[in-house]
Amino acid sequence: MSEALGILRAGVHVPRLRLARARIAEAMSWTRPDAERAPSGTRAIANWDEDALTLAVEAARGCLGQAGAGSASGSSPARAGAAVEAPARIVFSSTTAPFADRDNAVLIATALDLPEATRTSNVGSTQRAATGALVAELESGARLRSLVVASDLRLARPGSAQDMSYGDAAAALLVGPAGTGSLASILAAHSIADDFVDHYRMSGQRFDYALEERWIRDEGLSTLVPRAVAALLDGAGVRPADIRHLALPLPEHTARRVAALCGLEKARRDTRVAEHCGDAGAAAPLLALIAALEHAQRGEHVLLLGIGQGVDALLLRVEDGVQGFDVLTRALAAGREERSYTRYLAHRGLLEVDFGMRAERDQRTAHSVAWRKREQLGAFRGGRCSACGTVQFPRARVCVNPACRATDTQAPHRLADSRGTVKTFTEDWQAYAARPPYVYGNVEFAEGGNLLMEFTDVEPGQLAVGRPVRFVFRIKDEDRARAFRRYFWKATPVEA
Amino acid sequence: MASGIRDKVAIIGMGCSKFGERWDCGPDDLMVEAFGEALADAGIERDRIEAAWLGVFFDEQNTGKSALPLSMALRLPNIPTTRVENLCATGTEALRGAVYAVAAGACDIALALGVEKLKDTGFGGLPERTKGTFEDLYLPSSTAPGAFAQLASAYAARHGYSMPDLKRAMAHISWKSHENAALNPKAHLRNRISVEQVLAAPAISYPLGVLDCCGVSDGAACAIVTTPAIARSLGKRDVVSVRALQLVPSNGVEMGHQSWDGTHTLTTPIAARRAYAEAGIRDPRAELDLIEVHDCFSITELVLMEDLGLSAPGMAPRDVLDGRYDRDGLIPCQVDGGLKCFGHPIGASGLRMAYEIYLQLLGRAGERQLAGRSGRGPAIGLSHNLGGIPNRNIASVAVFGLLAA
Repeated sequence: MSEALGILRAGVHVPRLRLARARIAEAMSWTRPDAERAPSGTRAIANWDEDALTLAVEAARGCLGQAGAGSASGSSPARAGAAVEAPARIVFSSTTAPFADRDNAVLIATALDLPEATRTSNVGSTQRAATGALVAELESGARLRSLVVASDLRLARPGSAQDMSYGDAAAALLVGPAGTGSLASILAAHSIADDFVDHYRMSGQRFDYALEERWIRDEGLSTLVPRAVAALLDGAGVRPADIRHLALPLPEHTARRVAALCGLEKARRDTRVAEHCGDAGAAAPLLALIAALEHAQRGEHVLLLGIGQGVDALLLRVEDGVQGFDVLTRALAAGREERSYTRYLAHRGLLEVDFGMRAERDQRTAHSVAWRKREQLGAFRGGRCSACGTVQFPRARVCVNPACRATDTQAPHRLADSRGTVKTFTEDWQAYAARPPYVYGNVEFAEGGNLLMEFTDVEPGQLAVGRPVRFVFRIKDEDRARAFRRYFWKATPVEA
Repeated sequence: MASGIRDKVAIIGMGCSKFGERWDCGPDDLMVEAFGEALADAGIERDRIEAAWLGVFFDEQNTGKSALPLSMALRLPNIPTTRVENLCATGTEALRGAVYAVAAGACDIALALGVEKLKDTGFGGLPERTKGTFEDLYLPSSTAPGAFAQLASAYAARHGYSMPDLKRAMAHISWKSHENAALNPKAHLRNRISVEQVLAAPAISYPLGVLDCCGVSDGAACAIVTTPAIARSLGKRDVVSVRALQLVPSNGVEMGHQSWDGTHTLTTPIAARRAYAEAGIRDPRAELDLIEVHDCFSITELVLMEDLGLSAPGMAPRDVLDGRYDRDGLIPCQVDGGLKCFGHPIGASGLRMAYEIYLQLLGRAGERQLAGRSGRGPAIGLSHNLGGIPNRNIASVAVFGLLAA
C-alpha cells in the first residue's frame, strides 16, 4: 500500500446566484406533465462573467488561504489567511474548461501568482477527473504538494432534468505529505475503468445527452460501484460498517440504493450540495468529500467515490484539521436568489437578447500587449515605488505620486489580496452590459493607489461611497468574432 | 521670460453652424456653413489666410484622419493645415494652434475650425471607441455619462448632500440651459422644460437622468485670428482679443493616486489659476461678465463652479439654486444654452463657446444679449472646455476681452 496522502487544506466556491428549481419549472411548465408539482431546492448559477476557470481560481484562492478570497470560499477558519507554501503542481479537472487548446491550469496558476516553476496539468472528459487526479497523487508517493482543483459549468437544455439538477461550483484540495493539521489522509484507492455511459457529450457540443435513469441506477451503478467498493475495502482490511461517511455524488434516489448494495446504508450522506447547489460535474466528488468532512470526527473513515465510465473509490481517515472546518456551510450560506430565468438563459447563450449596437463593439485583443502585461492583468500585480512607497496600478515607468515621479523604481506589488473602498461609482444603463446596469467606479486600495474598476456580483442600489470591496478574477470581455475570452480582476462588495 | 498670450492676438471673424441632428449634412457642409459666416464677418479674402487648424475628435465616424478634410472642404490654397485632437477640448486646441501661430509671428492671419458629425453613428449617445491596446484590457468600457455621474456620488458623500438635494441643484442647471437656448436660433434643443421634468427623466447612469445630459449634435464653429494691428488696419473698431489661453492635461494622478477624491476635476483649478494670472484677473467672481463652461452633464457644470473658483467648496449647489449662474444672475453661465442645449459636436464645442463670448462682447447676441456688470455690455468672458473624463482629462480655460480703443 502507498504512503498516505494528506489533504492539507480545502476550498470551495459556489457562485453567489441561486436559481430556485421551482422557478425553472414555472417558466417551463408548458412542457411538463407534472406542472403543478414544484421541485424543491435551488441550483447555483455562475454570473455572466464566471466560467469553469474563474470558479476554479476562486476555490483555489480559498484553499491556499489567500487573503483576497471571499469568506465563503476560505479554508478552515483557524488557519484562514495563514501563509501557505505554494504547491509544486496544479491539476485542473473540468469537462467545461474554456480553452480546448490553451493551458487552463497556467491561467489559474497565474491568477494565483504561483511561481513559474509550477507544474500544470489539465484533466477532463469524465466526472471522475478529480478523483482520478487524487488517485494519481496517492500513487506517486505524496512527496510533493499539489493543488487539485475541479470545477464545471455545464449547459443544459431549458427545462430539462439537467437544467434542474446541475449546478455550477468549484472545489480545491491541497494534497501532499500528511502532517499535523491535515483534514484527512487518503489511505487507499481502487479504480475500475468501464465504458458505462450514463450521459455523454461529444467534443464541441453544448449539451449532455442523458440516458434512462432507471437503467443507470439498476443496471450500471448497482453493479459497478459495489464492485469497486468491495475491492477497495477488502484490500484495505476495512469493513463496510467501519465507514462513517459516504461521499457519493449521485442523485438521492440512486445514492440510497447504491449505498445499500455496498453495505453502506449506515454511512452518513450529506445532501446539502444536491439541495442548494446541484450537481457540479467534475467538482461534485470533491464537494461531497468536503461536505462529509464538515461533520466528521478525527479517526473516522470516509469513502469517496468518483463515477464516470468507471469508478474511483478512495478510502480516507479523518485527521485533526477538521476541527471547525465549515467552508461549504459558508459557501452555501452566501447565496442570492436569481429572480429572472430569462436572464440566466441569456447569460448561458440560450436566449438571444437585443443588447443594442453598443454590444457590437470589436473586442479584439492585442495579444502582444496582453503578453507584455501578463503579470499585471493575470496576477493583478501593480507596482510599489521603492523611492516613496506609493502603490499604483498599472505599474508604469514613472511613479504616479506627484511629489515623487521617480523613474524605474516600481517593485511588483500584488493587489488581488488587498481590500479596497468605493471612492466613486455609477450604475450605467447606456453602456453595454451582459447584466445591466454596468456598474463601475473608482476603487481605492487599502495600501494606497486608485483604479477605475468594474464591480461584479452587485445589485442596483447596493453600492455606496466608502463601501469595502475585495477583488475577484473574472471574464472581462468576450471577442465573439474570434472566439476568444479575456479575463481581469473586478471589485465586489465584501460579504457582510 | 515668456509674457503669455494676453492681447497679442485678435479675433476678427467667427462663424458657427446651426447645431443639431443635421441628417442632410456631412462634415464638409457644416465646415462650409461655419466658415462662410466667419469669412464674411472678418471681411477678408479667403486667400489671406496663411495657416489653418482643424479640430475633430471621432474621425473614424465622420471626416477620417488628417487635416485634409478641412483643406479639401474649403478648397484652401495649399496652406499649412494641421489636425489637432485632444478629446472634448479639441475645439479650444484648434484655436490655440492658430492663436500661437499668429502670436509667434509665423503668419498674419490663421484659421481655427472645429467640426463633428456625430449623427452618422446609427445610435444615440457617443460612439464606442478603443481606449488604447493596454487600457482596453483592464479599464471598464465606460460611457461618458457613467464616467461623469461618479462626480455626483462622490460629491454628495464628501459634502454631505442627500442625492435628492444634489439632484435638485443639478436639475436647476439643466432647466437654466433650456431657458437660455430658447433664445438661441442656432441651438439644438430649444424647448423649455421644468425642473420636475428633469427629475423625472429616465435613468441614464446613476444619478444622471437623460435630461442631465447634453445633446449629441452635429455642428461646426470657427475663428479667424490675426494681430491687433492688422485687425485695426482692417477697420475693426471693437476688437476682441485673447486674454488668456491655458491647457492643463492630467498626468495620471486622478487615475492612479489616492490624493484625488473624485469630487472634482484636478486640472480645471490649475488651468483657471494660470488663466486668471495671464489675463490679469484678480477676482474672477467680481470681474467675469459671463462664462461658458463644459457642461457635458449637469453635475459637471456644478463642480466646475468650484473648480473655477466661482463658488466656495461645497457651496455650488446653493449658489446654483440661488440663481447666481442664471442669465440674470451675477455670473451668467451658458447664456447660449451650453453643451446641454446648444449641443456638443465635440470638435466644435470649444470654438462654439468662444463664438458666444465673441458675440456678447461685440453686442451682437440679439435676443440673448447681456448688459454686463457695467450695464454697457459685457467686457470680459471666460470659456472652459474639458476633454476626457474626471479620471483623466484635459482642461482648457480661455479668457476673451475687448481691446482698449
